[in-house]
Amino acid sequence: LAGITAAIMAAALAEERVGQVVLPGDLLLLPAQPEEDGERLRLGPVAAPRGRLLCGPGLRRGRAGLVVTKCGLLRCRGAPGLAYWVDTQQRRYVPVKGDHVIGIVTSKTGDFFKVDVGGSEQASLSFLAFEGATKRNRPNVQVADLIYGQFVVANKDMEPEMVCIDSSGRANGMGVIGQEGLLFKVSLGLIRKLLAPDCEIIQDLGQLYPFELVFGMNGRIWVKAKTVQQTLIVANILEACEHMTAEQRKQAVAKVLEN
Amino acid sequence: QGRPVRRKLRGLDSETKKQLEEEEKKIISDEHWYLDLPELKEKESFIIEERSFMPCEDLLYGRMSFKGFNLEIEKLMIQMNARYKTKEMEEEDTMEADVSEEEMARRYETLVGTIGKKFQKKRDQRILQDEDENSNVTPNKTKKMFLKPQD
Repeated sequence: LAGITAAIMAAALAEERVGQVVLPGDLLLLPAQPEEDGERLRLGPVAAPRGRLLCGPGLRRGRAGLVVTKCGLLRCRGAPGLAYWVDTQQRRYVPVKGDHVIGIVTSKTGDFFKVDVGGSEQASLSFLAFEGATKRNRPNVQVADLIYGQFVVANKDMEPEMVCIDSSGRANGMGVIGQEGLLFKVSLGLIRKLLAPDCEIIQDLGQLYPFELVFGMNGRIWVKAKTVQQTLIVANILEACEHMTAEQRKQAVAKVLEN
Repeated sequence: QGRPVRRKLRGLDSETKKQLEEEEKKIISDEHWYLDLPELKEKESFIIEERSFMPCEDLLYGRMSFKGFNLEIEKLMIQMNARYKTKEMEEEDTMEADVSEEEMARRYETLVGTIGKKFQKKRDQRILQDEDENSNVTPNKTKKMFLKPQD
């Protein structure tokens, strides 16, 4: 009985829990869907027309709604394309299909390269997966080069595979990243925060001086500026962003502007 | 040897024989090969599971350049980020045709006839000449002869 009451208490409407901390095992009910089986629903009038619901990372489809599988904050996105997901914090990356990541080439064997992406396995990258690459025209990729590419195969049963080309065959900025610059690692949540559409951090940094940035969803950031000092400043600010408040960050940027 | 089992049961009663047969049938009937689970109802699956953050959060493109450090990347930034937002608009715009569709239809209509004539023998060509679009057969135009001017 105690188990049942605990389970019922953990179940609540998904809408109410948005923005709150959720733990694995919590049940999120969706509107117009009772806890009993679906038969009763069909007898009565249907409350609202069901649109598509996107069940993002950290959630799984359960019998009576969504089941939480990771701890974090519950987020949602509004009406067209309703989506729920859990905003988790972790440093360890798990390859996901479609993600753009920065990888380091570790070996070059025959027809493909082995690329370290920070996951449990190295990803394989075929030499034909570059724009304008043919069997005779091989891409100029050496060991220890940095590659910006996306995953085409990434599940727990197979070795991840990545490519530097999109579905229409164009590179779109993917491929080997230039020679100089600095690569460093941050947590995955920070990357998503920085890549959000209206991110103030990036806007503030963009005022400082010309530089270039590449974000990999595996927690890796590559920075290149004109001098080593400028590169290091940008890298330090980005790393420290995670723990600074907005004001502290603005102070830091202002200090740099003065110098 | 391939003797049926019933021979061995000769000594038993007919009732026990029947029972044994029924039991055998029970064991090896069609239902034997299906799992004894309740029927799972196929619910309308309108929930899509997604493991990536990209469709949830509308993230920007990963490569960025500021103050003209890398102009190609800056062009790409505009292109990729705009593509995300105005994806619907692009789908609605149709290419403006240089030549209207009606004209194309007309051209093709006559083109088929022209090419078709190429492969016909002389006799057929003359016959074809007479037929109009409305498939009315017009009489051959008489050749214009020299007319003597009347006084």
